[in-house]
Amino acid sequence: MALNGNLRDFTITQLLNLINLASKTGTLIIEGPRETAEISFREGKLAYAMIGEKNNNLAGILYGAKKLSASQYRAIQQRAGHVSDKELGLLLINAGYMTQQDILEALQKKFSSVVRQLFTWVEGFFRFDKQKMPPEDRINVRLDLENLIIEGSRQLREWEQLQDEIPSLEMALKFTDRPGADLKNVNLSVEEWRVVSYITPKNKISQIAKATKMDDMEIRRVIYGLIQAGLVEITKPEGAVKPMIKDNMFPTQDKAEQKSLVNRLINRISSI
Amino acid sequence: MQTVKMVVTGPFSSGKTQFIGSVSEIDVVATERKISGEGEKQVKDATTVAMDFGRITVDEDLVLYLFGTPGQKRFDFMWEILSEGMLGFIVMIDSSRPETFREARSILQTFRAYAPTPYVVAANKQDMEDAWELEDMRNALRLDPNVKLLPCVATDLKSVKSVLLELLYSILAEMEAGA
Repeated sequence: MALNGNLRDFTITQLLNLINLASKTGTLIIEGPRETAEISFREGKLAYAMIGEKNNNLAGILYGAKKLSASQYRAIQQRAGHVSDKELGLLLINAGYMTQQDILEALQKKFSSVVRQLFTWVEGFFRFDKQKMPPEDRINVRLDLENLIIEGSRQLREWEQLQDEIPSLEMALKFTDRPGADLKNVNLSVEEWRVVSYITPKNKISQIAKATKMDDMEIRRVIYGLIQAGLVEITKPEGAVKPMIKDNMFPTQDKAEQKSLVNRLINRISSI
Repeated sequence: MQTVKMVVTGPFSSGKTQFIGSVSEIDVVATERKISGEGEKQVKDATTVAMDFGRITVDEDLVLYLFGTPGQKRFDFMWEILSEGMLGFIVMIDSSRPETFREARSILQTFRAYAPTPYVVAANKQDMEDAWELEDMRNALRLDPNVKLLPCVATDLKSVKSVLLELLYSILAEMEAGA
């Protein structure tokens, strides 16, 4: 039976669980709102993962994992740009730059982080292609899914809680004027400072997320922490619609009649 | 005959049906069904699935309709329909069930998005021993200081009247501010 559907009905964690339990081999393709992810499995174990068109070659992954310096990375790109990942891996091991274990750990870390990124996807279509496997030249890993599934379930709960706390990113933030809420006395992380620097009722949370290059989950997590610490509070963005009286609320368009109508309601309810 | 409407919303079992029932001149037209969920069953036996409907005749030309929304999230498709053209809305919150505060906040924000009309928050069941104090509720709900958070006992007519009047005063104030 075809394994395909919508993420609204089936979470990533549920899909991983299913693949794990059935020891499936193939590639799970998820078309998200902005990017497409491809996660490959062998007998229910994670083998390979990529999102979008991002550079997913071994040199890029090792550089991202700080196993290669910037100059080493540049040199590889220039001199060994044409070799496959498997060949490059062997070259690096034989030249004594790193061990096989180093390479596998970097790849496992990278692929796990791709899967973790997917935990925040709530929109998108998925399909499991039994025939499709990662390109031949790429190095595959063999990573148990259990830990990722547990982590995913935890992250899903956190995501639901954060969404309840901060349902809309179209609101703004302002600093609380509570006595003692002084930013100077608080140890904030680099991410928190980056967010703090954009806080003004003029900026919507979605705009701050864009400016700080954070995804929905990251920005919600940072803001939730700042709110819990009593440093900031959610407010309407400047220029947002204030409570207003619209004509469709009243059976009459005449302002004086509308006012009279409200006064009649007040008198009537007072007399009940 | 002219008609206007107000909406009473809030989480499951916050007292919306009772609130309308206390002040309506007709028996509330309730669309209650027996509860199927085990967790919800522990709170009460029946719940509103479409809407509650109450009426207050003001005079021979004017009638106020009170609509109560279903509290469970799976019936939230009714909220937008009910909020259309409302004069204002009341968010009922059970002061003795802090586990519902988060949901109340979410309902409040949803309604504000549907229609930015005046509203008040009614802290219901204030007569219960384990009811939260208003100031604590305001903090927990993160309500702006200028949002009216009113003590309420939905079974008490005087208390219900006072909540409705506060909402009407807010509407009048908005009209005057906009004039």
